[in-house]
Amino acid sequence: MSQITVDENAPAIDVQQLHKYFGDNQVLTGIDFHVDRGTVVCVIGPSGSGKSTLLRCINRLEEPTSGKVFVEGVEVTDPDIDLDALRARIGMVFQQFNLFPHLSVLDNLTVAQTKVKKRKKDEAVEVARRNLEKVGLAEREDSYPAHLSGGQQQRIAIARALSMDPDLMLFDEPTSALDPELVGDVLGVMKDLASEGMTMMVVTHEMGFAREVGHKLVFMDGGVIVEEGDPRTVLGDPQEERTQSFLSKVL
Amino acid sequence: MAMSPRKRAQVSRGIQYAVLGVVVVAIALAADWGTLQQTFLNGEILPELFPDLFTVALKNTIYYTAGAFVFGLVLGLVLALMRLSSVGPYRWIATTFIEFFRGVPALIVFIGFYYGLPVAFPGRALPGGTFGTVTVALGLVGAAYMAETIRAGIQAVPKGQVEAARSLGMSSTRAMVTIVIPQAFRIILPPLTNELILLTKDSSLVYLIGLSFSDYELTKFGREGLNQYTNLTPLFAAALCYLLITVPLSVVVRRMEARADRAR
Repeated sequence: MSQITVDENAPAIDVQQLHKYFGDNQVLTGIDFHVDRGTVVCVIGPSGSGKSTLLRCINRLEEPTSGKVFVEGVEVTDPDIDLDALRARIGMVFQQFNLFPHLSVLDNLTVAQTKVKKRKKDEAVEVARRNLEKVGLAEREDSYPAHLSGGQQQRIAIARALSMDPDLMLFDEPTSALDPELVGDVLGVMKDLASEGMTMMVVTHEMGFAREVGHKLVFMDGGVIVEEGDPRTVLGDPQEERTQSFLSKVL
Repeated sequence: MAMSPRKRAQVSRGIQYAVLGVVVVAIALAADWGTLQQTFLNGEILPELFPDLFTVALKNTIYYTAGAFVFGLVLGLVLALMRLSSVGPYRWIATTFIEFFRGVPALIVFIGFYYGLPVAFPGRALPGGTFGTVTVALGLVGAAYMAETIRAGIQAVPKGQVEAARSLGMSSTRAMVTIVIPQAFRIILPPLTNELILLTKDSSLVYLIGLSFSDYELTKFGREGLNQYTNLTPLFAAALCYLLITVPLSVVVRRMEARADRAR
């Protein structure tokens, strides 16, 4: 794996004039977006607004049609980039958890450490246990994903991403697939992460989380960023009509 | 007459059992058990089949099947990955291969192999003698079927699994080997067992290619015995030996499935 040179002063995420089409359907229209290091940026908006697509373009799970994406000063959209090495430094958490069902919880957390980061088994297990402790599921390391609740699975998925020691974390609607009573545990883990200074981009419908934890709130609709700013300001006193109408429906 | 639905179901079930019983008894009474036993399980012929029935025939059937299955599984996996490849020529080659060997009777493949190869490559032969030939000929047919099964299994693994693996920095090959294929094989364990059982029976086609006694498998052994004794006992014994392979196989796989279910 080739080394990637990180620019210490560059923002964690910098998106410039990003366009994305699915066939003839334009999903993102000239997005400019950035996330500063150590901050939590929440992205909200109606479904189909392109917020998940934007997030997935950042580690190129979705291929941008045009425009540039930089992560810590490294151009992700450079065709010659070692994408695997870059992705190993970007933690990602999915709506559907996507734990590996054929592996135990511990193996879920160690498989990429040993195969991608080439860590020794002992070290990988140690890192995994530390992260399981962090998400409050230390006693479940021998379980299989199918035996865990959705909330537990999502916390394991967060621990799995953390075990790669990522520089930043992407959350794609992490609580949308959860029963309401399980949402709190997952948000709790994310709050802890934020308070430790983790850089986070969170696509979410949890306005409470956005208000309380987020440093910046971005409202998207129809493939563009309609409004962004301090979460309290955007949620409390939205300037744009589309933001107002969306918030009036969800709050 | 008022009868509750439950009562009616009981009566109906009772009648079904009674009819079944009558049929069995009628067949049992009508059959000529003495001659039947003389023909199918002759006490004088049966002992003479041993130990060769096990040490030659059963052993060879297992060898041929195992060889063909392993070869077919490996080749089938390669073909499945080729069919899913983004490289056009790989897909075309795999599709042509699969369509050909799935569409042509195994019997003709055997004959083609046995008589065609020496003509095509004079002075050369597949290594391993009969075992080698059977492994390849039967394996090619098995591979064509298994490739489609494996492909379906790989496609049945949710897309999110690959995305999660890739987001952790795994290459597409690594994700395929570590994450997708193990899950795919769990999904296709039942159809794959089916394939193994079919191969066990198809190994009887070996009778087509000239064999020395030490290469006999069960069916050939049974047929030769039939000619020698003019009695069906050897063939019937061979049939029972097939069940000796396939029934334990089914049991083992059912256990494996149950275990995989617990983990799932």
